[in-house]
Amino acid sequence: MKILVSVKRVIDYNVKVRVKSDHTAVDLTNVKMSMNPFCEIAVEEAIRLKEKGVASEVVVVSVGSKSCQETLRTAMALGADRAIQVETEDGLDSLSVAKLIAKVAQDEAADLVIMGKQAIDSDNNQTGQMVAALLDYPQATFASEVAIENGEAQVTREIDGGLQTLAITLPAVVTTDLRLNEPRFASLPNIMKAKKKPLDVKTPADLGVEVGSNVSIVSVTPPPQRAGGIKVGSVAELVDKLKNEAKVVS
Amino acid sequence: MSVLIIAEHDNKSLKPATLNTVTAATQIDADVHVLVVGFECQTVVEQASQVAGVTKVLVADNAAYEHQLAENVSKLVVEVSSDYEHILAPATTTGKNTLPRVAALLNVAQLSDVIKVEAADTFVRPIYAGNAIATVKTTDAVKVLTIRTTGFDAAASTGGNAERQVLSQVIASDRSRFLKEQLAESDRPELTAASVIISGGRGMGNGENFKLLEGVADKLGAAIGASRAAVDAGFVPNDLQVGQTGKTVAPDLYIAVGISGAIQHLAGMKDSKVIVAINKDEDAPIFQVADYGLVADLFDAVPELEKSL
Ligand SMILES: Cc1cc2nc3c(=O)[nH]c(=O)nc-3n(C[C@H](O)[C@H](O)[C@H](O)COP(=O)(O)OP(=O)(O)OC[C@H]3O[C@@H](n4cnc5c(N)ncnc54)[C@H](O)[C@@H]3O)c2cc1C
Repeated sequence: MKILVSVKRVIDYNVKVRVKSDHTAVDLTNVKMSMNPFCEIAVEEAIRLKEKGVASEVVVVSVGSKSCQETLRTAMALGADRAIQVETEDGLDSLSVAKLIAKVAQDEAADLVIMGKQAIDSDNNQTGQMVAALLDYPQATFASEVAIENGEAQVTREIDGGLQTLAITLPAVVTTDLRLNEPRFASLPNIMKAKKKPLDVKTPADLGVEVGSNVSIVSVTPPPQRAGGIKVGSVAELVDKLKNEAKVVS
Repeated sequence: MSVLIIAEHDNKSLKPATLNTVTAATQIDADVHVLVVGFECQTVVEQASQVAGVTKVLVADNAAYEHQLAENVSKLVVEVSSDYEHILAPATTTGKNTLPRVAALLNVAQLSDVIKVEAADTFVRPIYAGNAIATVKTTDAVKVLTIRTTGFDAAASTGGNAERQVLSQVIASDRSRFLKEQLAESDRPELTAASVIISGGRGMGNGENFKLLEGVADKLGAAIGASRAAVDAGFVPNDLQVGQTGKTVAPDLYIAVGISGAIQHLAGMKDSKVIVAINKDEDAPIFQVADYGLVADLFDAVPELEKSL
């Protein structure tokens, strides 16, 4: 079984985000970038399936400018076998990215596509579902448990009301939630080895995919700031404030 | 042109998130239709047709739709989509599961977590865990949006009298099967609809200690929430997680207990009207967003709070 995993290079989750003063975008100059945490979980899941003998090959794909090769190398250091960069400008919209990944999945004849449920920059939570729709594959989003058996994936999903388990026929798309696994760290020898693993570069034209979007950004602004609050000295004072000042408790 | 909303429901009742979505829809166009896809969901249809502002309810009631699998629902929505310029669903796990599929099949973008309607083609949505607010404009023929419920008031659940239309299409994928569900049962208000929430974090120490929060929740009629750390540690189930990747809430009162206030947690609750933080570390970032901060050991403060309410 062949697994395709997509990874995205995003602002590190620990970085405090700042909006550019001209309100056109978030300021990414000299900001630490990392693999999107949900993509790390996707890579880890694929590698575990390979270690269990369920998968034979793990291919990792990223869509973006040259800098995302770094993220692909990280994925290979974690255990992916080879990588494909689809070279585009950064910040393509979800539908374009989904079209590119869907085409790669098709060309690679991947049995399973594992993707993060959302990227922590655009917070869209769409691309996996779109890949599934474009390929007419079944999907299991927000996965917290995946078991592969008899050409099927049994996937437990984190939903608003609790947990739901689906059985989907491969080929299929799974998107990862936080509790699917705890990603490993890459060891130094594996980081060295990853440098020699194959990394192909393709363009949207190579894939025969047209990219573009009808959505444009009007502005990006900082969120409204909360007015600073106060410290109370005791539970009694807290209750008094809630009753008589904020009036949220009767 | 009319707006189509995909109803959030469990075949038994219409979920409040639908009502907030109706309000968003009425800001786009006065003609609001609601699609109820489910199985034996007649009461949901009744409820949907009474919602103020809803003019028409489309009903697809079939065993194939019992679990609202995205593969089936998305194709059904696409079949009726030619009558609409806007297709909306609440930004719940159901809406997020289905709407991107609808958008991809229609070859249009999908805009997630819309918090404000500026115009019929211009919408506001948070990005980067709410640390930036993007205003976006779309020229797509069909605008497909998930609506963050905290951005819009709930429409009145009564006062409407919508006509009904039955959809007879049955779309049943044989490649996705429902196996089972473990749904949380609680007498407390739903987290996303509660006016008071008390949430616990890693500082709670274990699941047993969440009982302390229940005492306060009982007195305030509150829902109980949690940080990711508390869920990861197994103190409480995943459906309680508040944050960037959990639920977004904006109650009148949010009490954070033993929660440090990581940006990912703040993303889900910082629009609450009044925020209280109880934490023994006076430098915890949660105090920067708290209206009332109490530096104390929660094991002293929470029982005392319960007694004084
Ligand atoms: C991709 C990604 C997504 C994430 N999504 C979410 C999300 O949706 N929601 C979320 O919550 N987190 C999320 N996180 C995790 C987030 O970064 C934090 O790790 C998490 O919120 C921390 O939870 P906490 O505040 O309970 O734990 P900690 O940060 O460990 O804080 C515990 C707090 O309890 C206090 N405390 C301890 N004992 C006591 C006591 N006896 N009395 C009083 N106070 C006490 C401590 O002083 C401390 O401030 C995400 C992280 C990533 C990378």
